[in-house]
Amino acid sequence: MPIMNLNMNRREFIKTLSGGALLTGAALTTACGSSESGSADISSAALGDIPTDKMEYRRGKHGERVSLLGYGCMRWPTVAGTSARESDSDIDQAEVNRLVDYAIEHGVNLFDTSPAYCKGYSERATGIALSRHPRSSYYISTKLSNFAPDTWGYKQSVDMYRRSLEYLQTDYIDFYLLHGLGMGGLENFRRRYVDNGVLDFLVSERAAGRIRNLGFSFHGETDMFDYLLSLNDKYDWDFVLIQHNFVDWHHAKQVNARNSNSEYLYTELEKLHIPVFVMEPLLGGSLASLNQYATSQLKQREPQRSVASWAFRFAGNQQGILSVLSGMTYMEHLQDNLRTFCPFKPLSDEELEMLERIADNYVSYPLVPCTACQYCMPCPYGIDIPTIFATYNRNINRGQVVTDLNDPAYGKARRRFLIDYQRNVERERQADHCIECNQCKPHCPQHINIPKRLNGINQLVEKLREG
Amino acid sequence: MAKKRHNVLKVLRVVSAVIFCSLLTLMFLDFTGTLHRYLGWMAKVQLLPAILALNVGVVVVLLLLTLLFGRVYCSVVCPLGVMQDAVAHVSGKSRRHKYHPSAAHNVLRYTILAVFVVLMLVGLQSIALLIAPYSAYGRIVQSLLAPLYALVNNGLAAVAERVGSYAFYETEVWLRSGLTLGIALVTLAVLVVISYRRGRLWCNTVCPVGGLLSLVSRFSLFAPVIDADKCTHCRACERSCKAECIDVDNAKVDTSRCVTCMNCLEQCRFSAIKYQWRYAKSSVSSTSADAQTDTSRRKFVTTAAALTLAGVASAQHKSTDGGLAYIEKKRVPRRAVSVKPAGSVSLRHFSDHCTACQLCVSACPSQVLRPSGNVLTLMQPEMGFEHGYCGEHCTRCSEVCPTGAIQPVKAEERELIQPGKAVWIRQNCVVLTDHVSCGNCAKHCPVHAIQMVDTPDGQVPAVDETRCIGCGKCEYLCPARPFSAIYVEGNETHQNI
Repeated sequence: MPIMNLNMNRREFIKTLSGGALLTGAALTTACGSSESGSADISSAALGDIPTDKMEYRRGKHGERVSLLGYGCMRWPTVAGTSARESDSDIDQAEVNRLVDYAIEHGVNLFDTSPAYCKGYSERATGIALSRHPRSSYYISTKLSNFAPDTWGYKQSVDMYRRSLEYLQTDYIDFYLLHGLGMGGLENFRRRYVDNGVLDFLVSERAAGRIRNLGFSFHGETDMFDYLLSLNDKYDWDFVLIQHNFVDWHHAKQVNARNSNSEYLYTELEKLHIPVFVMEPLLGGSLASLNQYATSQLKQREPQRSVASWAFRFAGNQQGILSVLSGMTYMEHLQDNLRTFCPFKPLSDEELEMLERIADNYVSYPLVPCTACQYCMPCPYGIDIPTIFATYNRNINRGQVVTDLNDPAYGKARRRFLIDYQRNVERERQADHCIECNQCKPHCPQHINIPKRLNGINQLVEKLREG
Repeated sequence: MAKKRHNVLKVLRVVSAVIFCSLLTLMFLDFTGTLHRYLGWMAKVQLLPAILALNVGVVVVLLLLTLLFGRVYCSVVCPLGVMQDAVAHVSGKSRRHKYHPSAAHNVLRYTILAVFVVLMLVGLQSIALLIAPYSAYGRIVQSLLAPLYALVNNGLAAVAERVGSYAFYETEVWLRSGLTLGIALVTLAVLVVISYRRGRLWCNTVCPVGGLLSLVSRFSLFAPVIDADKCTHCRACERSCKAECIDVDNAKVDTSRCVTCMNCLEQCRFSAIKYQWRYAKSSVSSTSADAQTDTSRRKFVTTAAALTLAGVASAQHKSTDGGLAYIEKKRVPRRAVSVKPAGSVSLRHFSDHCTACQLCVSACPSQVLRPSGNVLTLMQPEMGFEHGYCGEHCTRCSEVCPTGAIQPVKAEERELIQPGKAVWIRQNCVVLTDHVSCGNCAKHCPVHAIQMVDTPDGQVPAVDETRCIGCGKCEYLCPARPFSAIYVEGNETHQNI
């Protein structure tokens, strides 16, 4: 059969066409499936209005009444129509305002951001939108994202904290997190927060009332987690942000050997009565679009509910969960999630069992556990890491990764996979250009061996190209 | 006006010309590689390529065809001739002025033919090939039409992408050679003007293939013959003759210029001109143009000193998430010897046989081949690796080459041929400039000719020049930009491994 030329790539010309951005954007978002929310298969007319007074609230450590659905501000929309995470375009502030207004109107009162999100512009955009509402009507959550070694100094870190106050147009922060503990282990924690005196400073800020709740977000193994919880006597953690969803509950190790089951993390926190924030309720969007087996299981029970709604119900199911953070780029995401949380319907034991079975099935697929968090980006050599993984995962889910030449589905699957890869990943940003410099590795909260997985995907691609 | 009667021969000529030319053009446009295997013969029956390929069978058949029926070749097989007929057709519809008989510019046309042959023999093909008909057409299509075709395809691909279809996929549109584009534009402009005003004047004055065939068609056994008894001297045939070769007054048709288009037959209302057997003295002129030349290559100094620009996006500390690093475009390195496709035997063999028709350029699935800008090998293809690399089992160019400039190569033989070899440029290597570990060239080398060796500066690539097959994968995948830290230097004579 003819060898298609798939060395060619995302063409300049599409980019330069003014409409190109829109086209590319639309293609990327549908294609990547990385937007952390439900699929937009809702028709408001058929499903009825979303109630404004049915939001589920939970109580924080100091009596805060926090909406179970928290707004994650790492994926604000851009003027190009894509999420700011995947696009170089500017944030669409008018749309951010509209989303924030709609969320608040329907009872969402927690907004979670970080100095690192949206290439550093999330806090500003969030601050602008929120400052149009009374400060008492919402809670702000942000983080000390001092990942880069040149921000490890006391002054640089404190400056980052003060800039957050400035950008968010506030003089206090409701929930403040040490960002990404567990990544880089104990050493990293000490350098970023302990040895430089930053954590002591934050504790004093809490005493002064400028930080209302102090906690941390966690990605890593249980011994590190145990160690951090052992510091509870000293620091009195007000809350902790963990990765929690129905796959990570029991199968975190299968998805990623260096993550911890959220069942363990949650149980340990509950023992100490520390409220829990949830991140990755959709595992980077992948639980919003499951394979056919899982989808039909879920749709049989609730034909009109999105696949994503199940993951959210699981994430908020435990009473110790204070809020489930979801990065919602589009109004459709927001509305779909509001339907899940207004009112919130806990899962029955039978439904929990079903999700457990789906999780078993999920981990049997060789997916890359990338959540498209983009912490690895930008790759200094230009590789589009999250898009490569998303394209690969999507094709696995669709059964379009077939390597057996004798399989009758081979020809069609091959063509589709190669075209999909070529459409979504620019030629010079494809996996073959990864030089394995390994600079991305320490940044991955999922501890994916990125260069190794890229290499594997490239070998697959080259094999298919050869035919 | 009386309703025009259609002449069967003319209809036959027009239909076959349109089909032949369209398919040939499509073959140049098709980037998926599907049509080449079915239509490759259309390029191989072109006269000049057949002569250069020493394809005796084709040459003999074409000459016999011409001896028998006149220059049918020029009206049906030659795409450049058909293109001019199309222009003349438009001209005939919109212009009151039609053709007038004129004398043949015999001195000029045979001088040009002689000069053409001499230039080919002494190794100045780059000049001679400017007027070679088939390759001129190839250049026009490849440079001007192919980009439009690709753009339309990409538009369809964008639509297909939006609706989730895999029927179309995008291809890369890029300028392979500005010079070739310019030459194609000038050629097209000149031909359009001449054929609009004077029909086949180019073919009967400048074209070397036309000149060669005229020597045979002069004595063709079939030809349009005027019956002086029936002729009313209305001159309808004269006015319709694109070759301007009908002389009604003397009832003569100059068959050295006639391209047997049959237009005159259709015009004559008195059946005074007929395409029929004509008694002629027979004689065949010799047509050996096997070029044996001395083409001394100019050696370029290859210090590659200009490559010191450290062309790499140096590692940046990340304080925010997301975004894509800027990627500088790769630039073509200066090569002392240009890299010709596997099967080219040697620079000399290649330049002696290639007509620069661009068929291989359009067939190359990896965007590796592009026309040369070098004066001595002008427009003849050479390899470059900014957009892709030469597949170690791909032999598409050798399959399509009509002239034998690229000799047929079997897929399994490709990786036994060394058209050039990789050379490491120390000062560009990211191991030294960025202080990172790399090894992408070694990792991807299909024949394991590159290995990373320990040096005080870190692990750097070393090329085993006896194994390298010059595929350029290392050059393509090297992270150093705009100039790669490893590039392929051509071999004057291709080696076997």
